[in-house]
Amino acid sequence: MEAINYLNPTAQMILFSALKIGVVFGVVMTAVAYAVLVERKVSAWIQNRVGPNRTAPFFINYLPVIGPLLVRLGIFQPAADGLKFLLKEDFTPSYVRKVYFWLAPAITVIPALLTVAVIPFGSNLGSEKMVIADLNVGILYTFGIVSLGVYGIVLAGYGSNSKYPFLGSIRSTAQMISYEIAMGMSVIPIFILTESLNLSDIIRYQAENGWMILKQPLAFVIFLIASFAETNRLPFDLPESESELVGGYHTEYSSMKFALFFLGEYANMIASAAMMVTLFLGGWTLPFIDALNLPASSLLLGLIHIGVFFAKMAFFMIVFIWVRWMLPRFRYDQLMDLGWRRFIPLALANIVVTALVVALFNN
Amino acid sequence: MSTKVVDRAPLTFYERTYLPAILGGLKVTAKHFADTVFKGNSVTMQYPEERWVVPEGYRGAPYLVKDQDGATKCVSCQLCEFVCPPKAIRITPPGADGLTADRKNAEKMPKEFEINMLRCIFCGMCQEVCPEEAIFLQKDYSITGENRESMIFNKEKLLKLGGTHAGIQKWKNKLEEAQAQETFPVDAQ
Ligand code: SF4
Ligand code: SF4
Repeated sequence: MEAINYLNPTAQMILFSALKIGVVFGVVMTAVAYAVLVERKVSAWIQNRVGPNRTAPFFINYLPVIGPLLVRLGIFQPAADGLKFLLKEDFTPSYVRKVYFWLAPAITVIPALLTVAVIPFGSNLGSEKMVIADLNVGILYTFGIVSLGVYGIVLAGYGSNSKYPFLGSIRSTAQMISYEIAMGMSVIPIFILTESLNLSDIIRYQAENGWMILKQPLAFVIFLIASFAETNRLPFDLPESESELVGGYHTEYSSMKFALFFLGEYANMIASAAMMVTLFLGGWTLPFIDALNLPASSLLLGLIHIGVFFAKMAFFMIVFIWVRWMLPRFRYDQLMDLGWRRFIPLALANIVVTALVVALFNN
Repeated sequence: MSTKVVDRAPLTFYERTYLPAILGGLKVTAKHFADTVFKGNSVTMQYPEERWVVPEGYRGAPYLVKDQDGATKCVSCQLCEFVCPPKAIRITPPGADGLTADRKNAEKMPKEFEINMLRCIFCGMCQEVCPEEAIFLQKDYSITGENRESMIFNKEKLLKLGGTHAGIQKWKNKLEEAQAQETFPVDAQ
C-alpha cells in the first residue's frame, strides 16, 4: 500500500480509475445478469408461474437447507444462461449487410456502459471519490452518449436486411425523436435549481435542500416515462414488440450477438435507474441522518452509501420490471403524440415556471 | 341496412390522465403476485416429478399386451402392419416351421414385432384393426431416446411395457363356450 504514495498524481489517478472501472464493470455485469433473473422471477410470479428453479451446480448437495432454497430462487440461473449464450451457434444469415450486422450489437452495449462512468454511486472510500469520472458536464455527457444506443438498434434493423428488424428500427427512430427532447428538457429545471451540471453537485444540493422529486415531481414523471421509452421497456417496447414484430430489431441475431443486445437493454435500465436515483432521489444520501447525508468519514460509511445507492437503484429496476406486466404496449403514433403534444409542452412550462420562481424568490 | 350507432362516452379528464389504467394494472399484477408468492397458487406443474393425469381414452404409445395367463396375444396376422398409415410397424412372422404360439387357440406368434415410435402418429388404427385385441394405445406420452435406433421398440420391450390386459378375454370366452358345447347335456327326452 505504501508504494501508492510514491507514485505521482497522474499515475495514482490512472491506477484508481482503472480499479474503479474494473469493479464497476464487474458489478454492472453481475447486476445485469441478476436483473434478468429478477425479471424472470417477478414476471413468473405475476403470471402465477414459478420461474427458473432448477439450475443446481454440483456442490449444492453439500449445503443442507440453504442449497435447495438457492436453487428454488434460481440463483445459479444467470451463470447457466451466460454459458448457454457463449456456447450457442453464432449464426449469420446470408442476406445481411455484414459490417452493420456485426457493428450493431457493440454500438448498443457500449453507450449503455459508458453512461455509468459519470454516475456517483457512493460518496467516497478513503479519499477516493466513488465516481469514475467526476465530469463537470456529467449530465450533458450522459444525454450525448445515451442517444447513441439508438443507432445500434437502427443499424441492427438496417443491417439485418429483413422486414421485421427493419420495422423495428423504423419505430425505434420514431420513438427516439419523440421522447429524447422531452427527456432532455425535463431535467433543465434541476440545473436551474442546482446551478451545476455536475452530478456530484446535484447530489450535494439534494442532501442540503431535500430531494429533487419533491421539488420537481413533474420533471420526475416525464423523466421516468421517457426512460421507459429510452430503455425500450413496455409499454414503449415498440422496436422489439415480440407479439407484432417477432423480435423486432434483433430477430436475426443469435448467440452472443443477441446476448449483447440483451445486455445493452439491461445495462441501459441500470443506467437509467442510476440517473433517476442521482437526479431525483438524492443519490447515495438519506435524509434526516447526518452521517448518511454527508460524504463518508469512514470506510464503513462509504460502503453504506454505496449500499443505499444500490437499494434505490434496485427499487427502480423493480418498477421497470413490474410495469412491464401492468400496461399494454402503446401504438407508436400514441407514443409520438405523448412525446410531442403532452410532454414537450409540459416540460417547457416546467422550465419557465421554475425559472420564474427562482428569479422572483431567490433574491 | 340499418346501422346501429353505439354511443361512446367521451373519456373524462381523470380517465385521460391514464391513471385509472395504471392503477388497474397495478391492482391486477399485485393480486397475482401475492397469490403466487404468499399463497403458492401457481399454475406450473413441476414436470418430471408431477405428471399430468391422462384422461381415459387417451391415445398414447401403442404397446403389445399379454392375456390373463401372461401369454402373447398377438398372432402375427400382420393386419396392423398393413393398416398402419405411416408404416411404423414391422412384423417378422415365424415362418412355416417357426415359433408356435405360447397359448392355446392360436397357431403362431410373431418372431419379431417392431414399432418405430418416431414414425407412429398415435392414430389408433392398429388397435382398431387387431382381431386379437393384442395391441392397445396406452397412456405413455413422453417417449424419449438418445438415438433413432433406441426409438424402435422391439417385441420384448413392447410386451413388457404393454403389460397384461385381462379386460377382454375373447379366447377364454370362446374356449369356455366350446367346452360348454361339448359337455352340453343332450337330453333325449
Ligand atoms: S397408432 Fe397408428 S401409426 Fe401408430 S402403430 Fe398404430 S397404426 Fe401405426
Ligand atoms: S397386433 Fe393384432 S393386428 Fe397386429 S399382427 Fe398382432 S394380432 Fe395382428
